[in-house]
Amino acid sequence: MTQDIFLLIEHIQGQVSDISYIMAAAARELAKHEGGNVIGILFGSSSEGLKDSLAVDKVIYCDHPALTEFTSDAYKRTLISLLEEYSPRAILFGNTTLGAGVSSSLSSHLKFPVINSCIKVSDSGSIISQICGGKIMVECQLGDKTTVITVNPGGYKPEEGQSGSSPETINFSAPDLENLKVQLTQYIEPEAGDVDISQEKILIAIGRGIQTEDNIELADELAKLLGGAVCASRPVIDQGWLSSSRLVGKSGKKVKPDLYLCLGISGATEHIEAITDSKTIIAVNSDPDAPIFDIAQYGIEVDLFDFIDPLLEQIENAKND
Amino acid sequence: MTEIVVIARLVPDLVEELEIAPNGTALDLAWLRLIINEFDNHAIEQAIILKERSGATVTIISPEAEGVEDMLFTTAAKGADRLIKLTGVGEEKPTNLSMAQTLAEMIKEINPDLVLNGVQAHDDITGDLAPQLADLLDMPYVGYISGVSLGDGKATAFKEYPGGVLAEIEIALPAVLGIQSSEEPPRYVAISKVRQMMNTASIEDRDAGVLETEGGVIIDRMYLPEAADRAEMLEGDEEEVASKLTAILQDLGLL
Repeated sequence: MTQDIFLLIEHIQGQVSDISYIMAAAARELAKHEGGNVIGILFGSSSEGLKDSLAVDKVIYCDHPALTEFTSDAYKRTLISLLEEYSPRAILFGNTTLGAGVSSSLSSHLKFPVINSCIKVSDSGSIISQICGGKIMVECQLGDKTTVITVNPGGYKPEEGQSGSSPETINFSAPDLENLKVQLTQYIEPEAGDVDISQEKILIAIGRGIQTEDNIELADELAKLLGGAVCASRPVIDQGWLSSSRLVGKSGKKVKPDLYLCLGISGATEHIEAITDSKTIIAVNSDPDAPIFDIAQYGIEVDLFDFIDPLLEQIENAKND
Repeated sequence: MTEIVVIARLVPDLVEELEIAPNGTALDLAWLRLIINEFDNHAIEQAIILKERSGATVTIISPEAEGVEDMLFTTAAKGADRLIKLTGVGEEKPTNLSMAQTLAEMIKEINPDLVLNGVQAHDDITGDLAPQLADLLDMPYVGYISGVSLGDGKATAFKEYPGGVLAEIEIALPAVLGIQSSEEPPRYVAISKVRQMMNTASIEDRDAGVLETEGGVIIDRMYLPEAADRAEMLEGDEEEVASKLTAILQDLGLL
């Protein structure tokens, strides 16, 4: 085993995702303690250019039509073949629907130890992760074999993993990728015609605390009064109460409004990571331990339903003054 | 007949105050209320939807824990056909690999077309139960699935990609899928129907055998997050807080 830290560069429809830069930042921190190089792994089809601006020492590039899109079978087979040749100290994946989908298949097959949801590398070189929706922190050491780590956004900024120079490429030949059992057949773009929450200046975000579909009216009313739109965390979307185009989080949209007012959102990591670019975050939650209060500028610990009517009334009065 | 197996786990209810066990490296489960892992609940719903659409036998397998019988009877009330409780699991959380080895042996006997599991459980640091199962069963695995249909020898599934894009994916059967959300929200069943199942349905007990609790990653410690830059909390009754918030919105130029 070498001391090198690998990371799988994540890209979708020809664009490198921010998580790749965040992983590069985390990998550099880890490499400081482990003493190896930071090496990006890039799979794709005529995609070598995607390595530019990534702050890694080298990139191992594998070109094959079956690697154009992230699919668990083709990526897993290629990674297994690559790891027969290279034996890094750790390999980082984005804790996204793409990265975590591949990492778990790989670690299961090779019986590599796994640490999920890494937020930071500590000053002593341990991995700091979150579980239980951010309510519990876990400090882990790398295992005695190549350790698979999935990285959450939030601990590092994408800029920390960017560089002005293009890293050197090492080419890698794809293994046999015939008879794949998993194939991506098409992309389905989000439904058009709805508001684009990523462009809204004022967002009223609702979570599990909204309790019932009927209560969404209250958020609508508040949004109308403030001139904004309503968005939601996953539990609300999964109930079918709002369209998936309103989902903020891991597989939804990233937002950057002037005001993000969240009602009954606890602040699971995958939600928080998508709202960090908001100018002002105000959180209303009845649970004083809700992680959302760690990221909000202002917090209000009340029962939402006792609070919203006085709020609507006072805002209306203020607007009429 | 199509055979579908769902693995359903109970996890701590995050509404409760979480505590760390005296050894400092695990959650203290002694006083925690357990609820069904939300993603597993979606996996159950997806299985029932597939059964209703084109016929299937749905088997639910759950490791024993406080409240597991109620959970299993609830799945029967929703339409599950066979309920299996894995006994002898013990207080300490087994590794996913060890749990997957035990489950894989049981699943092989059923010889299913599809194995569904929630894509994650929030108390799980390795998050790899479903892919471990897939590897042991030599089946393909795809995670973060939102909606599945079954065709001739293959499943067509939707997977959410970042930014709200959906990918349509074809997977050769038999397969293991990590479910993020079912096509329809998990259905509600009346308590009376669950009670009825307690009288009519039966739960098969199966011994888990020897489960390893060590061998995963080395956890140095678990701790509650230190409040670093906590929000400025607005104090007062509802009226006062509403007034303070309105003033803040005015200061921000948003009114």
